[in-house]
Amino acid sequence: KEMTCRDAINSAMCEEIERDPKVFLMGEEVGQYNGAYKVSKGMYDKYGPSRIWDTPISETGFTGIGVGAGLMGLRPIIEFMTWNFSLQSIDHIVNSCAKAHYMSAGDLKCPIVFRGINGVSAGVAAQHSQCFGSWYSSVPGLKVVVPWNVEDIRGLLKASIRDEDPVVFLENEMMYGVSFDTPDYVFDKDFVLPLNKAKVERQGTDVTITAFAKMVGFSLQAADILQKEHGINAEVINLRVLRPLDRNTIIQSVKKTNRIVSVEEGWPQCGIGAEIAASLMETDAFDYLDAPMERITGADIPMPYSQSIERLAVPQVENIVNGVLKACYRKK
Amino acid sequence: FASTVTLNIPEFELHRLDKSQMPKQATTNKDELMSYFKRMSVMRRTEIVADNLYKSKMIRGFCHLYDGQEAIAEGMEAALTYEDAIITAYRDHCQAICRGDTPYRVLAEMVQKRTGSSAGKGGSMHYYNSKNNFYGGNGIVGAQLPVGTGLAFALKYQGKPNVAVSMYGDGAANQGQLYEAANMAALWKLPMIYVCENNLYGMGTSNERASHNTKFYTRGDLIPGFKIDGQNILVVREAMRWAKEYCVKGNGPLFIEFITYRYHGHSMSDPGITYRTREEINEVRAKRDPIEIVRKLLLENSWAQESELKDIEKKIRADIDADVEKLKLDPEPNAEDLYSHVGIGKHYIRGVEYKLSQLDY
Repeated sequence: KEMTCRDAINSAMCEEIERDPKVFLMGEEVGQYNGAYKVSKGMYDKYGPSRIWDTPISETGFTGIGVGAGLMGLRPIIEFMTWNFSLQSIDHIVNSCAKAHYMSAGDLKCPIVFRGINGVSAGVAAQHSQCFGSWYSSVPGLKVVVPWNVEDIRGLLKASIRDEDPVVFLENEMMYGVSFDTPDYVFDKDFVLPLNKAKVERQGTDVTITAFAKMVGFSLQAADILQKEHGINAEVINLRVLRPLDRNTIIQSVKKTNRIVSVEEGWPQCGIGAEIAASLMETDAFDYLDAPMERITGADIPMPYSQSIERLAVPQVENIVNGVLKACYRKK
Repeated sequence: FASTVTLNIPEFELHRLDKSQMPKQATTNKDELMSYFKRMSVMRRTEIVADNLYKSKMIRGFCHLYDGQEAIAEGMEAALTYEDAIITAYRDHCQAICRGDTPYRVLAEMVQKRTGSSAGKGGSMHYYNSKNNFYGGNGIVGAQLPVGTGLAFALKYQGKPNVAVSMYGDGAANQGQLYEAANMAALWKLPMIYVCENNLYGMGTSNERASHNTKFYTRGDLIPGFKIDGQNILVVREAMRWAKEYCVKGNGPLFIEFITYRYHGHSMSDPGITYRTREEINEVRAKRDPIEIVRKLLLENSWAQESELKDIEKKIRADIDADVEKLKLDPEPNAEDLYSHVGIGKHYIRGVEYKLSQLDY
């Protein structure tokens, strides 16, 4: 069955709102306007203002309100029009929410999902285009989920809403309109995916590529090119969750392929690739490496506006191919 | 013909101010009105051209148009100098023009050219001109309010007889940082004017649905404020003149609410007619259009012929069309531009691949 990522988010939220009266959606323009990106289309009409809450442009306020509601046992879904706006309210995500369970020695819990657009969008420049994967995944107490396709979105979003921990759910605007032919089991109302497992999207023997969100698709394209043009059989891992990071799947893969390239749209410094590199250094995976790890990342600059240079600032399929060729000593 | 005309200003709605203090009249003349007419027509035309360029996909990303609100930008400038500072949000093309930029550079920026105001790196939401005390161009709703208060802080710190103005919409009025900054502006008596351009809708949400108190000029609590029509440039000018004088005297900050209207949707992705009616838009166009108000004054006082004003508009249209034809041929930013201006001076910058890194930067 074909479905867009946008509809996958919508259907997952609708099913959870129908399943559990404690689940509600809150955010800017989510209700009467049907969502700034139409992700919550139809939900206000279907569920009304007691389940779908339009807020003013007051991120600090509604994020804190969501956290309070979560602490009292509700299950809020808090939408950021983009994760860039979460910087207005990051204090509540980190200090009020993520640490509550620990600080209270387990007394408090906050089952809340923060979700919205993350990563690189098209032509919206520095203040609206960046990846928060590494930012939030450095925070103990949070789970950080990075879906790629319809299966990921449905399984991970429903799991996130049902989870007892606060979840940061990072979507990608560029994927909203993309359709995936998806197996039937994904549309089961109780289909959920574990929030601690990566998925090997493509089995391979020569090199491991780790990627998340939109970059999974790019990595699969790169793997096809590598197979066809260079005879390199790449294994592609869809990380799915950045925290807790499924180090085991990565390490097992590296032990098989002995080479690894990480791919992300975010900045290199303290990025997901840097974390994976450290994980390999800290474990016996190090002994299995036949080449230094390669990182393909967003360039270490604020996002420029013009397409001509925006393109150079974010990973393209050819960059992934180049990274793999280097890791395989096929190219300097 | 009379060389000047004096008009009565409609009554201000006041908060912690006295009626007797406020300006009652505005006097103007032919030259002033002609220059307002021209500048606002340039703004209007620039926005309409931007609309077309967006639809032809030469402009990408977000693009927020200002047509309908021109009297505020121009009226503010008529009362201020470039020694006074202005900062606004992302609906900023016309402020850039008012602060000395050209339609050519403004449009070239949107069309992703190296010759644009920000060399193609900023786009529609990010114009700046520090030489003329214009500080952007802010993409995050409400961020310009504390930052603008910092501009006022710097003016006072340096003993300058000037004000800083932060422009924000009715939507941004609900960002908490406004009230944090305003509190400090009041404590420290900063020469700060918070100008709320109330165009009645924050994105697709009307005032009443977003704000418990829709009297934005009263929301500074003990900070004085007033509300007035933002469509008549003369009214805006007199209000701003009064406000500047008030602030420069050391009275501390002020809240101004200008009632205005945006003809376009919030941004290009918003048709702007799902949450308001076409009739409502047409009524503002017919009765409260900032350019038509000035045109009417010029004609009524026989300071211009209808044909003369039409010719001016035609000339502006032709000039900007010629700009567009020319700027289309301009170069796009290149890989060197990609890595420049991250910080002052050069330092190591990692590229998408390690080999693309700027090692000697």
